[in-house]
Amino acid sequence: MSLISSPFAKKPTSVTELMLWVIFATLPGLFALVYFFGFGVIINLILACATALVTEALILKVRQRPVLPILFDGSALVTAWLLALALPPLLPWWMTVIGVAFAIVFAKHVYGGLGNNLFNPAMVGYVLLLISFPLEMTSWLPPAELAQNPVNFLDAVAYIFTGTSMAGEPMTATRLGVDGFTMATPLDHVKTELAQGYRLAEIEKDAVISGLSGSGWQWVNIGFLAGGLFLMFRKVIGWQIPAGVLLGMIIMSFVLFAGNSDHYLSPSFHLFAGATMLGAFFIATDPVTASTTPKGRWIFGLGIGVITVIIRTFGGYPDAIAFAVLLMNMTVPMLDYYTKPKVYGHKVKRQQGDTDAH
Amino acid sequence: MINSEHKTIIKNGLWDNNPALVQLLGLCPLLAVSNTFINGLALGLATTWVLAGSNASVSLVRNYIPKEIRIPIFVMMIASFVTNVGLIMNAFTYELYLTLGIFIPLIVTNCAIIGRAEAFASKNKFFPSLLDGVMQGLGFTAVLCTLGALREMIGQGTLFSGAEQLFGEWAIDLTISFYLTDSTFLFAILPPGAFVGLGILIAIKNGIDNKRAEQAKATKTSPIKNEEALGHE
Repeated sequence: MSLISSPFAKKPTSVTELMLWVIFATLPGLFALVYFFGFGVIINLILACATALVTEALILKVRQRPVLPILFDGSALVTAWLLALALPPLLPWWMTVIGVAFAIVFAKHVYGGLGNNLFNPAMVGYVLLLISFPLEMTSWLPPAELAQNPVNFLDAVAYIFTGTSMAGEPMTATRLGVDGFTMATPLDHVKTELAQGYRLAEIEKDAVISGLSGSGWQWVNIGFLAGGLFLMFRKVIGWQIPAGVLLGMIIMSFVLFAGNSDHYLSPSFHLFAGATMLGAFFIATDPVTASTTPKGRWIFGLGIGVITVIIRTFGGYPDAIAFAVLLMNMTVPMLDYYTKPKVYGHKVKRQQGDTDAH
Repeated sequence: MINSEHKTIIKNGLWDNNPALVQLLGLCPLLAVSNTFINGLALGLATTWVLAGSNASVSLVRNYIPKEIRIPIFVMMIASFVTNVGLIMNAFTYELYLTLGIFIPLIVTNCAIIGRAEAFASKNKFFPSLLDGVMQGLGFTAVLCTLGALREMIGQGTLFSGAEQLFGEWAIDLTISFYLTDSTFLFAILPPGAFVGLGILIAIKNGIDNKRAEQAKATKTSPIKNEEALGHE
């Protein structure tokens, strides 16, 4: 290697570069999703990205902004990408389109475009779909190893665009597990079984719940965890928010678990179930809608973790990352205001500084 | 009979000072009930009746009410009109009465009504007050109907569903069906859809107003500009 002398000028990282890194880092999780839940995920991704680009171009035109530079900064793509990763694999195509379009138009551009939005666009789109179409949005496929009729690529296309398989069969057959019962996600399964009066020790014998947090799901979460750690070491995202989310989740679920381990899921289950890792590393860390101060980020993350466990345990929906992120998004202006770091060289009055040290 | 003052009152109620779009009053029933066109229309008409009645009667007795206790007196007068409209709906449109439920008695708390009684009827003569009540009510009804139609079309793909509850059996054929689906777009029917819908309506109204103001400015300023241009030459 040749020696280079100073001065070293560092090129600032562009928005596009950041966005590409984020998309790149989701790949391990994406592979796990495709492996366990079929090609529907890929079709959702393509559909969502296409919708995002078209909607973004249209709305930029309406708002009389330069279309091309903003269109290809990648922010719309990342919104669509993250939303599509959170969607069930065989969601009807028009629901994906509605969700992405709503996310771009109402969550992002109504507030003034990238950098001005209060709420995480991907999660706004997700929550819109979840409360509008609760049935479709919670209909996940059984993971490949448990499926009676694993779905192939052509069937996935047919389901998404027509609602039936290539042979014209309805989706119910695809959703059957090996035991002949319709499969729910592990979180959903635990919730319904608990409501019927079973104890956790009994429920954990079911095939869906095998392993750390249910077959398939643990690998999806491990994939996103790996990608997230990669982003962290690339310094694309800060470490406080993911750490806060995971810690908040561990604390809250441990309190419940320690109180009654037969009724409340263990911290390890919560950590690797549902959208935990995707949420902690990719969604909560959105630079626009998350808190910007180090202390604020901790509180923001902890809040998401705690709220997620509370809603998962006591709420009506099986997973809660989206709700938790949106709820904490609302607190961000206040968090930023009260956790502003002190400017160097300015003295703080003793009475105020007493409580939060140095 | 209708002079320029009356014209202003009409314009204020329907557009310039619309209770829902500009004053943002009475949003609770507006957001809760506007899930179909007919629900919106029914609640709008009921509110109009109460507004017209309370405005008219408040203006009649405005000189005899002690200033200190005017608000309780207004509320009692409004409440009697609400009871009145509730009983009428119970008698003639029973199903609609059940659908609207608590929101009929709650008209009493609609701040648009007490707002008009306080701001307008207690200071004006009988006829302008009556006209103001009717026009404010119609403005409110128009917004309720628009929002209701919007949410109904997007949410469940129909328009005028439940018309028979308001107009009787023949109106069953009025219902228009745009699309049929097993999975209705719940978001539009639930309260969040109402917030987003109202936001869009307000944005459209402001957009129209801005455009008009620009046009008015352009027509006004152009001759002056020309004069200036001439002067410079």
